[in-house]
Amino acid sequence: MSELDEKIPNNVGLSTDKRLQRALEKWQPNYINWWKEMGPLGHQADNVYLRTAISVESGGWANFDHVKMPDYRWGIFLEPKTEGKTIGFGDELGKPVWDEVPGEHRNALRRLIVTQGDTEPASVEQQRRLGDTAPSMYDMRNLFQVNVEEGRHLWAMVYLLHRYFGRDGREEAEDLLNRRSGDDDKPRILGAFNEPTNHWLSFFLFAMFTDRDGKYQLAALAESGFDPLARTCSFMLTEEAHHLFVGETGVGRIVQRTCELMKKDPNDDARAQGGIDLPTLQKYINQWYSVCLDLFGGESSSNAADAFAAGLKGRYKEQSRFEDHVCLEGVKDMTFVEGNKLVTKEVAVRTAMNEYLREDYIVDCQRAVDRWNKTIESAGINFTLKLPSSRFHRSIGNYAEHSFDPEGNLISAAEFEAKKGEWLSTPEDEIYVTSIMKPCLEPGKIANWIAPPRRGINGQPFEYEYVKLA
Amino acid sequence: MDPVRFETHPDRYKHWKLAVDGDRARLVMQVDPEHPMKPGYELKLNSYDLSVDIELADATQRIRFEHPEVRVVTITSETDRCFCSGANIYMLGMSTHSFKVNFCKYTNETRLFIEDASRNSGLRFLAACNGATAGGGYELALACDDIVLVDDGSSTVSFPETPLLAVLPGTGGLTRLVDKRNVRRDRADVFCTLAEGMRGKRSIEWGLVDAIYPKSKFQEGVKERADALAAQVADVVRGPAVTLAPLKPSFEDNAYRYKYVTLEVDRAARTGVLTVSAPSEAPPSDAKAMVAQGSDLWSLRCFRELHDALLQLRFNEPEIGMITVRTTGKAEHVLAADKALLANQDNGFLREVKLLQARVLRCYDLTARSFFAVAEQDSCFAGILLELALGADRFYMLEDDDEEVGLWTSEANAGAYLSSNGLSRMQLHFFHTPEMIDKALSRGREGMIPSVEADSFGLPTIVADEIDFEDELRIAIEERASLSPDALTGMEASLRFPGPETMETKIFARLSAWQNWIFTRPNATGAQGALTLYGQPERAHFDYKRT
Repeated sequence: MSELDEKIPNNVGLSTDKRLQRALEKWQPNYINWWKEMGPLGHQADNVYLRTAISVESGGWANFDHVKMPDYRWGIFLEPKTEGKTIGFGDELGKPVWDEVPGEHRNALRRLIVTQGDTEPASVEQQRRLGDTAPSMYDMRNLFQVNVEEGRHLWAMVYLLHRYFGRDGREEAEDLLNRRSGDDDKPRILGAFNEPTNHWLSFFLFAMFTDRDGKYQLAALAESGFDPLARTCSFMLTEEAHHLFVGETGVGRIVQRTCELMKKDPNDDARAQGGIDLPTLQKYINQWYSVCLDLFGGESSSNAADAFAAGLKGRYKEQSRFEDHVCLEGVKDMTFVEGNKLVTKEVAVRTAMNEYLREDYIVDCQRAVDRWNKTIESAGINFTLKLPSSRFHRSIGNYAEHSFDPEGNLISAAEFEAKKGEWLSTPEDEIYVTSIMKPCLEPGKIANWIAPPRRGINGQPFEYEYVKLA
Repeated sequence: MDPVRFETHPDRYKHWKLAVDGDRARLVMQVDPEHPMKPGYELKLNSYDLSVDIELADATQRIRFEHPEVRVVTITSETDRCFCSGANIYMLGMSTHSFKVNFCKYTNETRLFIEDASRNSGLRFLAACNGATAGGGYELALACDDIVLVDDGSSTVSFPETPLLAVLPGTGGLTRLVDKRNVRRDRADVFCTLAEGMRGKRSIEWGLVDAIYPKSKFQEGVKERADALAAQVADVVRGPAVTLAPLKPSFEDNAYRYKYVTLEVDRAARTGVLTVSAPSEAPPSDAKAMVAQGSDLWSLRCFRELHDALLQLRFNEPEIGMITVRTTGKAEHVLAADKALLANQDNGFLREVKLLQARVLRCYDLTARSFFAVAEQDSCFAGILLELALGADRFYMLEDDDEEVGLWTSEANAGAYLSSNGLSRMQLHFFHTPEMIDKALSRGREGMIPSVEADSFGLPTIVADEIDFEDELRIAIEERASLSPDALTGMEASLRFPGPETMETKIFARLSAWQNWIFTRPNATGAQGALTLYGQPERAHFDYKRT
């Protein structure tokens, strides 16, 4: 194994690829500088129990060891190539997949990759201040694991830009390090990635809802006729699963702790016991879920139709779940606002691609919410967490610029304004939630507002020293 | 479809805000998506249709007449991350060929009006591109003197027409890129095929924009650029301010009637008669009295009416292909109006009136209908109205025994009103015998030139006596109305402009002509064309044969 391969684990033949080496020579130091400047604040020298992917073989992608984050070995991995693979959908159905970027789709692909890639460093920047208020060492470690893997996902996208998009690709890769979440002058591309993640409740909801959007986007790109993109995204999905686990169980542990605190309190008041009460949690769910629905784009979208037609972006599990992969026939019923009414109209299937992906996402989210509700139910508490209607609080698509209540009824803007504080988190809620975010940095201990996990990481106990503070 | 109306007022704008503050004006594009000109599409992301451009043209005109104190006009938007995304594609997709062509011509003329104001009226235009500036949006910016783009890492200037829609940036975009901004043509080639466009430093290096500022310094930067523009504005006499009153025409089934202009149409015959009247009484001769008449001054009102009538013809009467152009009234009143106007060019308002007349005459030159000017008894093809005869495709004169029918030249014909290619209509008419210009003009200074004598100078196309005239004219009109309208459009556009090219003529004769050809080709507008299928689930299929 060459020195380069040792430094940057990969299965893309880095040690023999001059073009890639030249690009990375310049980009890699800038990446490290970016990480030091914008990565987790104040914890760069800690030794963190992280998993590192060193190969795509079974077990190869999960090597655990204590490591300082700037020394993390960010690698480049693609799922192994399947010979004879053909394009699975769209106008080019059945033709061999592209191993190089087809000129016709160069710009569209670059845009897809840059937009996806931009979210990865953005989320690291959004979460950089959370280390100091971690509710436990276990959680702190999970945060940093998510962060370094978002960093690796950036590498994955940058690999594609460097390897397949020439000079323009190198410039885009530089720009991915130059934009900054929340910076007015050089903001991240998507609006949702410019809001800071202020506290751990938001972090868990981010990992639950926003990363889950990421999962569906990656899954749709994993169907791509541009094979290197498909293979890259397939591998990223294996890592994304852990992020979703962190989010879903994180919220689940809050729910569990809230139920315990309610039982402890004479008035069933979790807040009085320093926890996050269920109505407040519901408001945060409404907030994060609705913002994440926007990330899928407009319900009816010609861009989505184009990407499908061109064979660039498919549906979730396109091959196993659908029979018609061309989709020129057929329509989908969709709701629109006309005047003061909701009307149902037919939209061509291709134009509805964003909506198909969003629907799968919603089902997945509901499954998690059902789990949380089981916890509440088995605690004997009469409360049900709900996902709001997909029309509620939207700023992109058919429902943007109209007001809806969480049940999806069309209401006036004034009515929404009046009820907003009951449905979405308020500045007071933010102050309260922030106030209980006291760090708990002793191995085996945990903050008051969240329950410990059922088990630790990689077979280690909860008490394990996941982070050795510097 | 309801007929298109072209008169509007800032109080009624749906898509723009005009705010004047001292010597600065802000023209803010805020397109109301819910109010397209006709149902069937939404004007999302500051995209425009004809109704949006009508307001822009109106605002430009009013700044010149009603706000002479203004030196710098900043065109910008208050839509987040979007300056203007160009002509609405769905609107284009559902429009007839004739509408598309006339829409493009109108928007082209509006941008030329902006440049005309910059060149002649002591104004400077600044495009403050606060977000995505695509297609027609960038073409609007190109019509300005200075282009400032926000440097936010994502906002670009772009021409996505060719890669996305299989058409051209046809509102002067291609031409201005290489002829006005001097972008190197190979770079222009790269830029025009890059759907997402260019941003940041490279857009400056390539000359696509003049300055970039980060978002936090954008407003400040725009102000600095506006200050710099204000300092370099030519010292041109402006004002006094004159309000442009509504024209209040009356539109009947077969006629458009204004105070001095009438357009009558015969739909069965596909012909029309455009009649322009001289002032009914002798016009004032001193500047003060002329200003006091305001927008009722014949020289202004008559040409605003003529402009509106030409637009009615273009948009609302697509089948009226053959127009006889007539004049009526007293020639001496027209000559007096010309004399007063041209003698008082040190008055800013009267300067603007002359510039407006010149613009309207250019619109006349560029109207794709056959124009036959007809001089009979009571005609007054004098001075500026003679320009209508000189600009027509043919000029018929009646030869009468009493020598009452004739034409009158004035200073107005001696280079005061230039056509799009920079030549006067006399120069166009006598392109191969320029010595005739002086002869005709010096003879004209002695008074009316009767038909037969005018013929000896080579001014009319056909002179016929009372026995032949009516039949001669009737047959010519009927014959013309029977020919292919497409061939006639191409023929007339080619013959009307002998001599040199300018950026303006290249926009119409090269860019628009190719665009209009592309618009009829299956690759753009066939059942599987890119424009037809834009926003549809199906992708375009091209016939790859090159011509």
